[in-house]
Amino acid sequence: MNTQKNGNLPVLELKGLSKSFGGLHAVRDVTLKIMPGDRKAIIGPNGAGKTTLFNLITGIFPSSSGQVLLFGQDVTSWPSHRRTAMGMARTFQITHLFPKLTVLDNVLLAIKGLRSSKFVMWRFLSSYSEVYDKAHHLLEQAAFMDRKDTEVRYLSHGEQRQLEIVLGLASDPKILLLDEPAAGLSSGESTEMAEFLMKLDPKLAILLIEHDMDVVFDVAHNISVLHFGEVLESGSPAQIRDSAKVQEIYLGTD
Amino acid sequence: MLKSQKIKIMIVAAALVAIAVIVPNTNSFVILLVTRALAFSILVMSLDILLGYTGLASLGQAAYLGVGAYATAILATKYNFGLGWDFWLVIVFGILFSAALAAVFGLLAIRATGVYFLMITLALGQCVWGLAYRWNSLTGGDNGINLRGRPKFGIDLANDVTFFYVVFGFFAVSLLLMYVLVRSPFGRSLSGIRERELRMQILGYNTWLHKYIAFIIAGGFGGLSGVLWAHTAGIVSPENVVLTTSVDALLMAVLGGAGTLVGGVIGTFIVIALREYLSTLVPWWQYVLGAVYVLTILYLPSGLMGIPERIRQRRNALGKPDDPKKLATAPS
Repeated sequence: MNTQKNGNLPVLELKGLSKSFGGLHAVRDVTLKIMPGDRKAIIGPNGAGKTTLFNLITGIFPSSSGQVLLFGQDVTSWPSHRRTAMGMARTFQITHLFPKLTVLDNVLLAIKGLRSSKFVMWRFLSSYSEVYDKAHHLLEQAAFMDRKDTEVRYLSHGEQRQLEIVLGLASDPKILLLDEPAAGLSSGESTEMAEFLMKLDPKLAILLIEHDMDVVFDVAHNISVLHFGEVLESGSPAQIRDSAKVQEIYLGTD
Repeated sequence: MLKSQKIKIMIVAAALVAIAVIVPNTNSFVILLVTRALAFSILVMSLDILLGYTGLASLGQAAYLGVGAYATAILATKYNFGLGWDFWLVIVFGILFSAALAAVFGLLAIRATGVYFLMITLALGQCVWGLAYRWNSLTGGDNGINLRGRPKFGIDLANDVTFFYVVFGFFAVSLLLMYVLVRSPFGRSLSGIRERELRMQILGYNTWLHKYIAFIIAGGFGGLSGVLWAHTAGIVSPENVVLTTSVDALLMAVLGGAGTLVGGVIGTFIVIALREYLSTLVPWWQYVLGAVYVLTILYLPSGLMGIPERIRQRRNALGKPDDPKKLATAPS
């Protein structure tokens, strides 16, 4: 591959990706490319197919047609866990944590996900000090240490949203897919979230779905607008802001 | 947190020692009952791995007890095998046969979740019952198989106290192995699957494989339970693999508290004691058992093992409203 020579292999590439549920075309012919360190946002009205697109990328749904490539490798037919092993991680719009486990246990499970020792059954998990060190490091970064023994269901919504991202980062991904990280957060919390995201490793590629435009304009360098499952427009934040088409679907007639 | 864990281990260890010391000094009826309860509680604990830790409610666990028990009985009566030192081989065979059956059944059952998993395991369990009931030449059909005696190798298991110690040993080792299992990385992954399977897949776990392995392990322990059960009861019949036996195991686990291992053992002891003692006292003992089940599920959904936690919560709510307040004002 040409691009590989330049060290420019896209982290994630979608080629004509489509998904229909019966007669409903949720995602239509989406093509996009994400390079290492890219910060890309996908915006669009409710029901535009954004989360479905994420589910196709992460292998939760099989796609109807098209291809998903991770680091140039066609992973279209792979199950989720193998894609994660390639270096992909995601968070969920609706919080998907382990509610009855402690914050620390949540992170430990996330770290173990890509290690073969996850199958070990004759040794206590607590005997893996290296995994614990890593968990403590992650929790310190996110300022969660004081709550590490709290069961996740007792955390506030904002904290749970943050922990979602910590779990995503635990596997040291090359690309992180964030599904509305600021969903349900107050404006102050959204600002904190945006700051947190901007502090992440610049080599990490991020694909972001978000309704909170302040977060999008802060974090993303490039925005695609999804409407009825199709990419309507792509460009820099300024271009998208001024686009007549985009204004029409957000403010427009229907 | 670590300290309370240590205290719990101490309590369980003390209870085990107490059983080992006290029971042999009681009468033969109690010894037999406790032996029975210990043998059966290995099955209940194996079910708890699925139900309490993985979140899979299996209604066919008796099948694995049945395979272990029938294997023991058939080998002993038809081939005169397993009545000496080869008893240890029968233990291995019982575990392997049951694990193999679980490996086959798991392929069919693990794809389903929730109530569908329950229905499939029920159906598969009934297949085993059908075989036990109908395959007269092998299983003795409705009459079952009578074992003529217990193994003898240096020690004579026909002695009830000796046999009690053997079963107790297997029980203690099973408890230990399963305890290590549920605290191991693999065991913790099962809890993660119970809590949120989709997240586990996204974190890189092949959740199907983890559930499948857990299912096979549970089957293996079920087989061990079956071998011991065959020699405890002295008879193996379709009643051991019938749906009610599976339901009993499930209710015992829930009564004691699913996801605790020890809870299932307590549940087993209570149900077996109630059944044996009450049935000699009153003809309507089954209603008592039914009421116990209903009350547990209504008022103690986390089982008897959930009582200390309940008391703690109540005390907190009454005495110092420390905990709820902290939650309400948690920083966001």
